[in-house]
Amino acid sequence: MLETFNFRVILEYMPFFLSCFLATLWLSGAGLLGAFGTGLLACGMRIGRFKLLSRIAYVYIESIRSTPLLVQLFFFYFGLPSLGLRMSEASTGILALTLNSGAYMAEIIRAGIQSIPNGQIEAAVSSGLNYFQRMRCVILPQAIGVTLPPMLGQAIVLVKDSALLSLISLPELTRAGQIMTSERFMPAEGFLTSAVFYLVIYYFLKLMTHWSQRRLIYLQT
Amino acid sequence: MWSFYIEQLIVSLPFFFKGLGMTIAVSGLSLAAGTVLGFVWGIARAKHVRLLKPLLGAWVDIVRGTPFLVQVFIIFFLLPEVGIQLEAFPAAVIALSNLSACFICEIVVAGISAVPSGQREAATSSGLNWFQQLRYVILPQSMRVILPPLVGQYVLLIKDSSVVSAIGVVDVTRVGWLTVQRIPQGLLVFGLVAVLYFVICYPLIQLSNSLEKRMSVSYTRGKE
Repeated sequence: MLETFNFRVILEYMPFFLSCFLATLWLSGAGLLGAFGTGLLACGMRIGRFKLLSRIAYVYIESIRSTPLLVQLFFFYFGLPSLGLRMSEASTGILALTLNSGAYMAEIIRAGIQSIPNGQIEAAVSSGLNYFQRMRCVILPQAIGVTLPPMLGQAIVLVKDSALLSLISLPELTRAGQIMTSERFMPAEGFLTSAVFYLVIYYFLKLMTHWSQRRLIYLQT
Repeated sequence: MWSFYIEQLIVSLPFFFKGLGMTIAVSGLSLAAGTVLGFVWGIARAKHVRLLKPLLGAWVDIVRGTPFLVQVFIIFFLLPEVGIQLEAFPAAVIALSNLSACFICEIVVAGISAVPSGQREAATSSGLNWFQQLRYVILPQSMRVILPPLVGQYVLLIKDSSVVSAIGVVDVTRVGWLTVQRIPQGLLVFGLVAVLYFVICYPLIQLSNSLEKRMSVSYTRGKE
């Protein structure tokens, strides 16, 4: 394998890999944004006052957390058309990533909100702030500081999870490796190149995690 | 129309249970192998062996930084090129064991470093050798930190085992994928698959949560 490892073919495929790299970035970026919104919403419902909404959010979070992303992806990919909803592969993929990571995001945000001392909330209530003002000015700014490192961890998971979208034939990094394997029969060159690209994203996000943790300690002292 | 599909699905239920058996076999084997390997790596990393520690660290980083699907493909398509011909099943078990070992390794390192260093010093001055220290002092105490995330890791392992359906292991996800070609009702078919995973994973998640609660209670009590 190593004696025939062909860098020239990798170079030849490099533009393709780069466009697929951008596709992975784009897909996981969109998924991350959606997951953040879904997470905020689900978390708000979960800890809110209304029993019914809280139940719904609980069922959503737990059912997402106890089933694999691949099954969820196939559920949407094969299931939505039978309901008469035709979506492109990209939007199906982003939908699955969003709903999947949204459940984990909700738990992360909930842990962050619960880490805020009760006195802060009581002080905000006695200052006459209503629910949204309390959230906006007191709870969220502190909670986001605490939740940033685990959120970046979730971002790492999300980028890795986006590899599964190759199974519904979306052109992203893993798919690029597959295509190279089937066109040239070079699995070593193809999959190792995709792995290197994933590692680039991983180390970038890991650096950001370290950075945010350092800042967090600075804020706490 | 729906009742027809449901009937069809009931007829093919045995296949789903067979697939579930395969999922349990793959994840059970990898769970055992991954746990043993993860503990060995974790202990080796915590022991500051000079060359081993950075090597293991780099390996864990690489495995944690790449998608599991890519790892499965690399093991399945690359090992034959260096002369190791593997069926899909052993390839899947190797990939899953390696993945879980890397995550469990991190958990074990965190658990061992959570034991106060006074314990180790006391054990040394009591004349315990390295293995006795590990066996009687360090590991029993670190278990409290290790156990809850370990169970959570098992849940992740079972969920990740769905990915090996991509190389043709006929697990429950693969059965769903095969069935949906015949019964074009994705919601029904993958709803059933999801329910089967849910039945296994949900109790484990609850167990992890309750372990976490119990362990942290005993910790705060012990501190007082």
